[in-house]
Order: sequence, then structure tokens, then C-alpha cells
Amino acid sequence: MHVARRLLSLVLTLVVASVLIFCVIEVLPGDPAAFMLGMNAQPEAVDALRAQMGLDAGLVSRYFTWAGGLLTGDFGASYTYRVPVAELIGDRVWVSLPLALYALLLSTIIAFPIGIIAAMRRGKAADYGIMGATQLGIAIPNFWFAMFLVVIFAINLRWVRAGGFPGWEDPLAAIGALTLPAIALALPQASILARIMRSALIDTLDEDYVRTARAKGLSQGGVVRGHALRNAMIPVLTIIGLQFSFLLAGAIIIENVFYLPGLGRLLFQAINQRDLIVVESTVMLLVMAVVVVTFLVDMAYAIVDPRLRR
Amino acid sequence: MSLLSVQNLSVQIGSVQILRDVSLEMAPGQVLGLVGESGSGKSMTALAIMRLLAEGMQASGSIVLQGEVLDTLSERQMCMRRGRNVGMVFQEPMTALNPLHTIGDQVAETVRLHTKTGRRAALVRAREVLDRVGLEHIGLNRFPHELSGGQRQRVVIACAIALAPKLLIADEPTTALDVTTQGEILELLRRLVREDGMGLILITHDLAVVAEMADEIAVMQTGRVVERGSVDDVLLRPQHDYTRALLAASVHQPVRQVRLESETVLQVRDVRRSYPGARRLIGRAPPVQAVRGISFDLKRGENLGLVGESGSGKSTLARALLGLEPVQSGEIRLGEYLMDADASRALRRRIGVVFQDPFGSFDPRWTVERLVAEPFHLLDNPPPRRAAVEEVLVSVGMKASDADRHIHAFSGGQRQRIAIARALIIRPDIILLDEAVSALDVQVRAQILDLLAELSAKYEVSYLFISHDLSVVRAITDRVMVMQLGQIVESGETEQVFTAPQADYTRQLLAATPRLPEGVAN
Repeated sequence: MHVARRLLSLVLTLVVASVLIFCVIEVLPGDPAAFMLGMNAQPEAVDALRAQMGLDAGLVSRYFTWAGGLLTGDFGASYTYRVPVAELIGDRVWVSLPLALYALLLSTIIAFPIGIIAAMRRGKAADYGIMGATQLGIAIPNFWFAMFLVVIFAINLRWVRAGGFPGWEDPLAAIGALTLPAIALALPQASILARIMRSALIDTLDEDYVRTARAKGLSQGGVVRGHALRNAMIPVLTIIGLQFSFLLAGAIIIENVFYLPGLGRLLFQAINQRDLIVVESTVMLLVMAVVVVTFLVDMAYAIVDPRLRR
Repeated sequence: MSLLSVQNLSVQIGSVQILRDVSLEMAPGQVLGLVGESGSGKSMTALAIMRLLAEGMQASGSIVLQGEVLDTLSERQMCMRRGRNVGMVFQEPMTALNPLHTIGDQVAETVRLHTKTGRRAALVRAREVLDRVGLEHIGLNRFPHELSGGQRQRVVIACAIALAPKLLIADEPTTALDVTTQGEILELLRRLVREDGMGLILITHDLAVVAEMADEIAVMQTGRVVERGSVDDVLLRPQHDYTRALLAASVHQPVRQVRLESETVLQVRDVRRSYPGARRLIGRAPPVQAVRGISFDLKRGENLGLVGESGSGKSTLARALLGLEPVQSGEIRLGEYLMDADASRALRRRIGVVFQDPFGSFDPRWTVERLVAEPFHLLDNPPPRRAAVEEVLVSVGMKASDADRHIHAFSGGQRQRIAIARALIIRPDIILLDEAVSALDVQVRAQILDLLAELSAKYEVSYLFISHDLSVVRAITDRVMVMQLGQIVESGETEQVFTAPQADYTRQLLAATPRLPEGVAN
């Protein structure tokens, strides 16, 4: 029931998003072909590009051609690279997706324990220390922290490479190349997540059922493990979902610092080169990722909370 | 040997003393009623015995349970006693259970914590305990949100008694429940005490509940036990002034004038209201009939009571009367005008309202002057604000200078006086009192009831008094209507309905209402 309703909303969101993206990029004033070729383009070249992009066709039929292509994996061809967009995106997804997951994993591994400790030691030195550190973690720009990591671990200690991506043929080298960017991405996210975890847990520790559990003979730690933690998961899951979407698309700066061929950089370059087909498809892909993650988070809510399983 | 012996128990936070030299003594199988107004230290005494005080509170004194000194045990040792030697039940059943775990697991948790029992065996035990508290028909795999308040309280009790502790502490276990559910839960507790020879500390503000349940009573005031003794001694021959005052307030009857015939100010005819059913994948479940065809009249200066359990439709009817939501059919007339959700300001000023929670109905940032004058937006030409507010504050027993203060500076009773002032300031024909005294301590309640009686006589205002508390309704109303499942099953002169009830449902309600013994406070 819950699943069916969420799925329906997922599909509707995707349809609305695709229409919006299509409109913003193709329908708004200006000729995409002329725009892509720049101010000094020859009229013949513009006409040729228009034909190549299928801009002669009507609006509705163009939308369905594009949307149909998305469904079948045919994203069209990039104007600048002269290769299928699917191929371009495919290469980069294998950098961006593992990087986002890696950063998210690190962020959760850091955030959960320190958030829990801060909540349990509320108002004591450990709490103040953790809160101060997370304040700092949020305040430090992640590109600055990334350069700092490069100087220490790549240049001085020479543990990992300073940038670039060797490909997945050598998984260890690939993971090594992603480690510093993942840490740089994870730090602010972990700081935010730890704070959310702390406040959610403090709220649940004040609940009546926690007192009931204590009256049964559970220790303070037992109450956190057995009752409070799972009840605190709803806000935490929400933030994790938002962070994943952000990490997938929002790593542009970090990808640039580390010369990683990820989706963020592809999008950035495509915008610079006015490669609208690539922009359109990448944005649509990111929207899909966000919508799917939201759906997964909704499913996770239902696993956590039986009241939502209807 | 005594079951529980508490000697000179004191609790303080910093320099503030919360409990002072509390001493209690209990024999096995006995019920000790701990009574007093809110803030008197009843719950704090219970938490101190459980050693579950909030951080930063220091306790001193000795607590001996079954010959074992509890106050010197480590937290770890104490965890092994809680749930096994002493169980506790709290006031609010709606929030006392973890919403994410099944009731079976929550009862089994007590068993698994203290015995080396596997999950399966613990669930078998949980089944037995749930059967024992009267939940034979409820599956172990149900979640708390699928149960009613009374059923949840039974689950909480099952958690507490799963290992047959020698002492059970119940802190206001029935205060949040309907009168019939309260009767059932009290009966359950009585049975468990009898069958297990368990001692029960029953904490309540309701002297009538204690009168029916307890062997011994301890009366608390400002952190002290001021009087202790057998039920008969304390209720019929109270020694301490405070006990006498509590008892007098519990049976207080405001002096009211007898009404002569007067005109009808509110006429309700065949009002119906239903809500759309729960949403399904396609369409909806059948609608819920909250109010099904209610008719009554209210005369000027009359006090009319409306009683019924939660879910009977009282609140829906109240919202319809206030024009806060539309009705599907029927009509509500104030004088000659029709009240509905689009009613004009001129019509709305004829009916005021006072809710249960005085604090929640005030904006904490406004001064009392602004709060009380809020209904002036219903008037085209409001009188000078300051003078009007001062006058009405004085008439509800507050000071004119209170107009400059903020709401947090006042006690619960004072807040309710301010709420009454706010309803009264535009001189409505009717004031709707929705559980307006339910949250108040007995002494404050008696004062507010006196105030209402006085205001009714002075301003000829009519009251519609909605409550689940039958004794209060009996004390203040001329006529009463009993509501069940959206319908009025009985109505008539209050004394007549209470002394010779006609409907079965009214009889059930009256039978379930705890009473003080004859001769109290005379």
C-alpha cells in the first residue's frame, strides 16, 4: 500500500521533472542550435545542427523522442565530444556513484558514534567537545580541507596520488584515488549528521517509553540500543537521503580539486561548452537519482516505523 | 516484615528541596494511596524509590524493599531490581510504549532482561501475562498504535508485572482514561494485588479512586507527607488542615441560583457530522459518523452538561457549535440567526470558549491585556481596551495590574481565570467550557467552579459544560445530556439523571465512577 503510493509518486515526479527540464532547456527563448554554436556561427552550420538535433520537429514530438530515448538508454550524441551521451555519462557514473557512496559511508561511520556519545553525555565535556568539532566541520570549506589533505597525505607522506583516477582495473588504486576526496566530502556531511543524530536521540530519550524501559530494568545504554536509536532514525534517514543526492551531484568542486572525471565535472564542462544535450541528460539522470533515493528513504521509513506500513 | 520501608527520604536539585523527610511503610499485599496536588512530590517519591531521578537530583534517606537496602546499590545492581522486584506503571498510556516494537516483544523484554530465557520462551510468557491482564484477544505481533488507550495501559501493566514483582508503583494510571476504562483498569490492579499478594503504591490526585482502592493513605503537600493512616481514618477523621481542605474541595458544591424560565439562546436541531473514511489505494473507507442527529435547547443563564467518553462525538459537536466546521445537515441557531462555518463576526461574538489546557491557548509573547482583549476583533466598535480588560480581570478574581504581565507568570488556576476573562470580555450569551477544569487540582477546581457559578448569576451567561468528569458536571449543571457514539442517549435534570438514570449507558458510567465514602468532609 505504502509502496504502491510511493511508486506512483516516484513515476509522477519523474514525468513532471522531465517536462520541466525539457522546457527550460529547449523551449525557453533562443535557438538552442544557435546558442550552442555561439555568437559568430555561420547560419548554414546552425541549420545543420538544428537538423542533426531534430529541432525541426514539433515540440511535443521532440519531447517524446527525447523521453523515449531516455527510457531505452539512447540519450543522443554529444555535440562537442561526438560520442553517445550514454557512453559519456556511463564512464563518469562509475566515478561519481562510488565516490558518493564512499563519502556517505564515511560520514555515517563518523557521525553515528559521535552523535550518540554527545546525546548520552549531554551537557558534559564530551558533548561540548563534539558539538564544537562539528561546528568547525560545518564551517570549514571542503575544497580548503581537500587541499589540506592533499598537502599532507599526497605530497608529504605520499600515501596516495594527489589527483586523477586510474580506473577500476586496479580496484585498490581506484579506492585509494577516491579516499581523499571522499574524506573531504564526508567531513561537513558527518558534522551535520552527527548534530541531527544528537538532537533526534536527545528528543527520543525524553520520551515516556524510554522511562517505561528503564522501569523494566534496562540500563541507560540498553535503552539507547534497544529503544531510542531506532526511534531517532526517521530524521537521520531523511538527512542521509538528502546528503546522498547532494554528494552525487554536488561534488563538482572536489572533483575539480582532485581531477576526477565525475558527473559534476562533466556537467560543468558541458555547460561551458554549451553542450545542451549532455546537460539535459545529465540533469535528468541526477533528478532520477534524487527521486530514487527519496523513494528508498521512504521505504526505509516504513521498515523503521510500523505506523507507516499501510 | 514490612514490604517497603522508606525513611527520611529527601530529594534536592541544587539548593531547591523537592522532597523533605518522606517516610512510608507498607506491608505485603497492601495498597498505599499517595495523594496530593500537582507538585506535591508524589511522582518524585515514586521515582526516588525506583532510583530513576533525573540527573542532577540528589536523594538521601533510606529505602528498604523486602529487607534489602536499595539506596546504596550501584546503578547496575539497581537495574537488576527494577522490573523484577519492583515494577512501575505511568500515567500516559498513549506514549508509554515504544511505537516501533510489537507489544509481545515489549512484554517479553522484561522477562528476557532478568531471566536467561530465549526470545521464543519469553514470548510464551508474554502471552500468558497479556492473557492475565485481559488481552486474550490481542495478538503478540500487534503494535501499540493499533490498540486503544485502555488496552495500551494493560500492556504497560503486563510489562510491569511479567515477573510478578513484590511491589508495583502506579503513577496516575487511570487519569488519562475514560471513566469506564478507568474502572476496568482499577479492577485489574485490584485483582493482581489479590492474586499475587503484591504491594501497590497508587499515586493519584483523585481521592475517590484512593477511597475505593487503598488500605492506607499518605497525603503529600509541598514535598512532605502531612498525614498518614488507614483510609477510614484519613478520609472520615482527617487530622491535618490540608487533608481537610482537600476533602472539602473534592465534594465542593458551588452555590447556584435556581433559574426561572427564560428565552432560548441556542437551538440545535438534528445536527449531523461525518468524516470521510480512511484513504485506500482507490477510494475511501465508509465515512465515520461522528455526530448523528443531535437536538437540544439552551436557555439564557442555564448550565447544561454534556458527558460522554472520548470518541463519543463531544468535541465534534463543540467545534460545530463554535462554527469551526460545517455540519452535513441540521441547524444550529443562536437566537434567530443560523450558525455555520461562514458565520459573521456579529454572530460569533455570541459564543465564547474555554479549553482544557489554559497554557496552550495563549500566545506566550503577548501581555495578558492583549490576550484578554483578543476577541475584540469580533466587535465593530470595541470599548477602550485597557478599561475593559481591567474590569473583566477583576470580575474573575485577578488584579487589574495583571494586565501588564505575561502568561508564564501565572499558575494553572490563574491561567484558567484569564481564559474565562477572555471568553467573557465581549459578553457572549454562551460560554462553551470544554474540559475546562479537568487539568486542575481539586482545590483550584473548586474555586473555578465557584467563579463560574458567580459569573453565571452576574452576567446571565449560559454554559455548555463538556466533560468526562461526572462529579464536576453534577456539581455545576442544571441539566445534563449523556452522549454515546454520536447520539444523546439520555438527557434531563442533572439530579434526576444522576439519581435515577434511565439509559443503560448512563448507569454504566455512574457505576464506573469512583466515589468518596458517605460522610466525608461533613
